[in-house]
Amino acid sequence: MSRVVGVVLALAMGWGVAARAQNMSQASGGYVQYLAGFEKRTTVKVLPNGLTLIVCERPEAPVFSFYTLVDVGSSDDPEGASGLAHMFEHIAFKGTTEIGTTNYPAEKVALAKVETAYAAYDAEFRKLVGQDAIKLAELKKEFEDAQAAAEKFVVPNQFAELAEENGAVGLNASTEEDSTQYFWSMPSNRLELWAYMESGRIAHPVAREFYKERDVVQEERRMRTDSNPIGAMVEQFLATAYVAHPYRVPTLGWESEISQVNATEAAAFHAKYYVPGNIVVAVVGDVKAAEVMPMLTKYFGAIPAGPKPEPMTTIEPPQFAEKSVTIREAAQPFYLEGYHKPDYRDPDDSVYDAITDIFSNGRTARLYKSLVRDQKIAADAEGFSGFPGEKFPGLFAFYGEPVPGHTPDEMRDAIHKEIERLKTTDVTDEELEMFKTRARAGVLRGLADNQGLATQLAEYQTRYGDWRELFRQLDRIDKVSKADVRRVANKIFVESNRTGIRIEFTLPAQAAGQDAGGAK
Amino acid sequence: MKGLSRGLYFTALLAVSGLLSSGPIAAGQSTAQTPAAKAPAQAQPWKKIAIPPLHAFKPEQPKRIELANGLVIFLEEDHELPFIDGSILIRGGSREEPAAKVGLVSLYGEAWRTSGTAAKSGDALDAELAQKAAAIETGGGLANTSVEWSSFKQDFDSVFGETMDLLLHPAFKAEKLALAKRGIDTEISRRNDEADEIAGRESTKLVYGAESPYARQAEYATVDAVTVDDLQAWHDRSVVPNGMIVSVVGDFDPAAMEAKLRKAFGPLPRGAAIETVKADFAGPKLGVYFVDKEDVDQSSVQIVGIGTERSNPDYYALNVMNEIFSGGFGSRVFQYVRTKLGLAYDVGGSYGAAYDHPGVFRSEAGTKSVSTVAATQAVLEEIGRLKTKPPTPEELKKAKDDVMNSFIFHYDTPEKTLNEQVTLAFYGYPPDFLEKYRDGIARVTAADVTRVANKYIDVSKLAILVVGNKTEIKPPLSALGHVTELDIAIPPAKENPGQ
Repeated sequence: MSRVVGVVLALAMGWGVAARAQNMSQASGGYVQYLAGFEKRTTVKVLPNGLTLIVCERPEAPVFSFYTLVDVGSSDDPEGASGLAHMFEHIAFKGTTEIGTTNYPAEKVALAKVETAYAAYDAEFRKLVGQDAIKLAELKKEFEDAQAAAEKFVVPNQFAELAEENGAVGLNASTEEDSTQYFWSMPSNRLELWAYMESGRIAHPVAREFYKERDVVQEERRMRTDSNPIGAMVEQFLATAYVAHPYRVPTLGWESEISQVNATEAAAFHAKYYVPGNIVVAVVGDVKAAEVMPMLTKYFGAIPAGPKPEPMTTIEPPQFAEKSVTIREAAQPFYLEGYHKPDYRDPDDSVYDAITDIFSNGRTARLYKSLVRDQKIAADAEGFSGFPGEKFPGLFAFYGEPVPGHTPDEMRDAIHKEIERLKTTDVTDEELEMFKTRARAGVLRGLADNQGLATQLAEYQTRYGDWRELFRQLDRIDKVSKADVRRVANKIFVESNRTGIRIEFTLPAQAAGQDAGGAK
Repeated sequence: MKGLSRGLYFTALLAVSGLLSSGPIAAGQSTAQTPAAKAPAQAQPWKKIAIPPLHAFKPEQPKRIELANGLVIFLEEDHELPFIDGSILIRGGSREEPAAKVGLVSLYGEAWRTSGTAAKSGDALDAELAQKAAAIETGGGLANTSVEWSSFKQDFDSVFGETMDLLLHPAFKAEKLALAKRGIDTEISRRNDEADEIAGRESTKLVYGAESPYARQAEYATVDAVTVDDLQAWHDRSVVPNGMIVSVVGDFDPAAMEAKLRKAFGPLPRGAAIETVKADFAGPKLGVYFVDKEDVDQSSVQIVGIGTERSNPDYYALNVMNEIFSGGFGSRVFQYVRTKLGLAYDVGGSYGAAYDHPGVFRSEAGTKSVSTVAATQAVLEEIGRLKTKPPTPEELKKAKDDVMNSFIFHYDTPEKTLNEQVTLAFYGYPPDFLEKYRDGIARVTAADVTRVANKYIDVSKLAILVVGNKTEIKPPLSALGHVTELDIAIPPAKENPGQ
């Protein structure tokens, strides 16, 4: 048995002396075999082009899930082109040089003309002085004609359709500040088809129908941010909390910038960041590593190598003054605040997890007991680590959702009182033990789900260079002490490191009518 | 620790930007082009990739046990991890609560667990369970209430013991009812903050009727009217073994587990289980309905009518129709409204089917204010084409392939296999419903799809609801027909809400 597995086992069983003595023999059996076998069932291979493949055998049912993690997020968006990482994520479903086209060589020529026409149109459109309306209309028409010409070669949505016809479920992708990920689940007899598709879109994506998809992405921004009070608040919050680091910029991009990005920029972004050395692909399910690794190597090994992109190196300067924002609008009150903290590699990372758990996990959590249950001022309140990301120094954030008749300021004061208590009084043994027990149980529970497991393996492999950190972290979690919690709380929960934002309700435009109540 | 660090509120509300918003997306194929039908000049290398037969797989069906008192038990072994999870479904839900006390079942589901038992307060139970990384939770839904528990297998006896105590000896407390009321009152106060939430709620009211048990909403007054005695009365009325289904999944010995459950539930005396409420399902009145929301730049559009039940023999053909209409990237609505027109990020719909009452036929789109009319018309066009444009052979094949090739995901985990049987049993469906479903889908023809489209889709019985910013919507909604403006102002509380 490896050291790692031994640690997990010891921790997982260590929730209570009585329970251990009584149930040791019960706890063994299938469980021991499962953990002992986990390392044997998991294979990592770094291909010559730099791409990392992880295969975890879990033959419970003839299906598999994958998770492709590209270590590029909106934090890598070029200056002036916010939203580009996310835009590219959409483009990754538009197909390849082989999928989604009736004639790629001809389409390629047509797409180049689209870019030329767009550049000419855009140059006129952006003219601040001397814009020629007639010329603009002509250029717009040329741009539209060029798009129509290119669309003749498109088989729309063929990439995703091919996946769905072959039984893909949960097909989606997401872009975060730290990374971009692609995932779905499929019957296991489609593994090679998937490998062909996935390696193809990493290596040879085609930004077809780019400008229509840009419209779609702008609708996504309207939905998530512009027309959503909480979304709009968070955007303002991050833009206030950060002055230099790209965590200040929304993942969806500023409207003026996503309305300007073009397919040429998207292609350059892909060439720079979608290199094999920047990508981890995890596959979990009814697959045998020894059988499938040659096939996977064939497909994923064919992705052209490229230099690893230089990392984003902007460091947020230390905050030295408290910042506060008030939004007055016809939305219900809310309070959110955050404190800068180190990134996930910090030796105290598990201490922040402990504070998150003690403040927020369930009805035993401090913020629930204090704000929701006893003071009766909030419907919900939590504190959590790593917002909006953790690859770079993120925030430890707290929020309170007031019940009717209570205010954001009451949330703030009550949260500060709990923070003060954390700084001046040790947490209890029970609280610390609950955190550790639940962390162990959480890791274990996560092992019985193909998609969740693929996610975890890819994330830990990317961030730590070794998926085993998924288990090793339990070791660090177990070492967290009461003194650690106090020390860390005193270090970061200080006024000058704080940014707070509140929504103050102002009268809505509609007055209550006689037939109030909506649809009849 | 990755994955544990985000707050629940933010996970729910600020989920990172992704390709799709959530859930199944709508489907559609544009009429202007059917490129897939063209002879491909392009090689299609994927067609040469061998697809071997799927490994044989027949999941163990849960063991069904019916006790003399009518209680039904399902047991599903899963020895992968050392956990045991259980659930008790209890007949009777919010649709059966009195109209003057809407919110009662929700409050009951909340306060039942937080109040605790005669022997142990809810707070004490919280602390005890947290130490074991275990959980017992109660909840109230539309058709049922529930108790669910979960723990390491070593803790099963103690956690199940507490669960049974909660089931048999609850002690509803005024302070916990007040706590639950503050929660619902907060939801009421916030229910007009987001356009999508307004659109979903108001369109459902248009379909079922605002006072229908399937659409009505809690108000400050109906919440205020609920008392501790009401909770106890609901409990006494609903907790009868012949109205309950118990299911357990996990790492246990089935004979020992059966014995424990028989011992625990066997002595419960039969009673009168709550009967499903009777309701009318007339469907909406044709028209355009509008809610003005001046702080948005996107309109939430819903086009709704009455749907059907899963027991309908046309359920299979309707599901294939749904796939063609909005079942994925290749579907008609997605291809047309999103991909071809670029008018919406979130677009979809389906002819909904519920187990024991008609579902909602719902199509929806989120589009910028100025394209509200255009996007609504585009979705309406696709609805109309379901009747006028029969599925092409490619569409039919694709729709059926989508269903058949992903069929394994109905039963690829023991939990899914178990939950399927529990749900079927709860609604009185035959246990082989899923197998019949597969066969039924396989038999659907293009003519069937056209037949059900003509039989069930009636555009004269659809309501269009838009939640958007009136000053920005140009052309105005009157282009779609006579507009009825809805006032969604929240009836104020009499006094001090939630106190």
